[in-house]
Amino acid sequence: MPDKTDASITSGFDRRSFIAGAAGSAVLPLTARAEAPAAMTPALQDSSRAVDVTLRVNGETRRLKLDPRTTVLDALREHIGLTGSKKGCDHGQCGACTVLIDGRRVVSCLTLALAAQDQDITTIEGLAGRDGLHPMQQAFIDQDAFQCGYCTPGQIMSAVACVREGHATTDDDIREYMSGNICRCAAYPNIVAAVKQAAPAILKG
Amino acid sequence: MRPFSYQRATDPAAAAQALAAAVSDGHLLTEASMQPLAGGTTLIDLMKLDVMRPASLIDINPLTSAWSAVALDGGDLRLGALARMADVAAHAEIQRNYPVIADSLKLAASPQLRNMATLGGNVLQRTRCTYFRDVSYGHCNKRNPGSGCAALDGFNRTHAVLGTSEQCIATYPGDFAQALIALDASVDITGRSGTRQVAFAKLHKAPGDTPQIETTLAPGDLISGFTIAGRWPRSVYLKARDRQSYEFALSSAAVALDIEDGMVRDARVALGGVATVPWRAPEAEALLRGQRLDDALVQRAAEAAFAEARGRKHNAFKIELGKRVLARALKQAATMEV
Repeated sequence: MPDKTDASITSGFDRRSFIAGAAGSAVLPLTARAEAPAAMTPALQDSSRAVDVTLRVNGETRRLKLDPRTTVLDALREHIGLTGSKKGCDHGQCGACTVLIDGRRVVSCLTLALAAQDQDITTIEGLAGRDGLHPMQQAFIDQDAFQCGYCTPGQIMSAVACVREGHATTDDDIREYMSGNICRCAAYPNIVAAVKQAAPAILKG
Repeated sequence: MRPFSYQRATDPAAAAQALAAAVSDGHLLTEASMQPLAGGTTLIDLMKLDVMRPASLIDINPLTSAWSAVALDGGDLRLGALARMADVAAHAEIQRNYPVIADSLKLAASPQLRNMATLGGNVLQRTRCTYFRDVSYGHCNKRNPGSGCAALDGFNRTHAVLGTSEQCIATYPGDFAQALIALDASVDITGRSGTRQVAFAKLHKAPGDTPQIETTLAPGDLISGFTIAGRWPRSVYLKARDRQSYEFALSSAAVALDIEDGMVRDARVALGGVATVPWRAPEAEALLRGQRLDDALVQRAAEAAFAEARGRKHNAFKIELGKRVLARALKQAATMEV
């Protein structure tokens, strides 16, 4: 996964950096691309207040200088360049930002980066192995468990934890224990089917 | 969110001292310049909303190993305040001996939030009243003492019908607290002058004329744990809400019964979603004790529990709903196999 991540930051032609570059081009030369993420969240960027934060994300150590207000979600998206985790409500109500911290699913929008040091953060980008997609990712594709896809990374991270917790044995259980992830497209029946499909492989692996 | 500085707690006493020093005379704990950070699910949310505005946070998660034990010692249950809701809900001994506790935790929030949120923070979570949470509303006596209450004649469908005042009708939102108050739990507190234990029923304050004061905690106080005497295998937490899952209660009931040969030896009743504070219903309990539980008695107990309830334009339905939820919870508890 680190390869893909780095590529998305440096290739300079993904959708995200294009938007950032376009937005900033009136005042900033595009050569500032590498620093572009810093320009995107002015409210969080007060370098005089920045503190050293070390996060372990998908097995890689990341040393950052962050405003103490930075959440894990913003650290991932705006500072590390891992934009798979999504910002939906930013208040812990929708589950789009779900990541695993030390194997437990949490909402990264209500977790301060400073408080998440020395813990293992796993995001959607860290889920797939060398052999291809994680069984839950494949199941979401096989079962057509999304429409717009915005909630999907959070759904998948939550679903992996749901299975590992032992809460995916019945349809009712899956619905109850996936209730922290809202899908505005209402793909719920297919999400239940995907969780059921992937569960045996995850429990075996 | 406003800027803040961050530090980690090293030991409970030092954290209590630091927190106490951050409260100026006459100021509210909830407005103290330093706030303790545990799970963060309420605090960070309210800081983003600009409802809470601490200048510094003291992260008490480093105290987790000291304050998160869950243990059945003899006849007593000890719950560490930094235990996470999900872990306590999944604890086999608690599910067996205290289903009302396990279910009150399991039916709250979402799996993610239950993985984060602590028991101590849970009982201190603040109301979901929209007029409190949205700072663009000027009239909120809890947030802005003396400014009035927009909920009295506003959109008050989710608001309280018990324990209200003319200054505030905001609902206490939690579930677990109802289980604690029903079971006569006590709270362990570490403060600036040492540790002490108080009845859980004395932790929260009804709004009265000072809705901005929500608890009896003193500057520097940290909740370290809870103790429950005795076991309550015949106990139920029933929660009615707009969605089947991941929603606050419109009405809930925590009940625990001790029944022998068909007679109720002891009964504990608490109500959630309908009151301004965790709400014990002693009138209902008194009717049930020493009686044989049947439909008529259950109905009388439910009527008694809501005798003082006062509905407003949009929330009057909660009185009838609350009675039915309590009646059903009592019948469920009575027929449990224990």
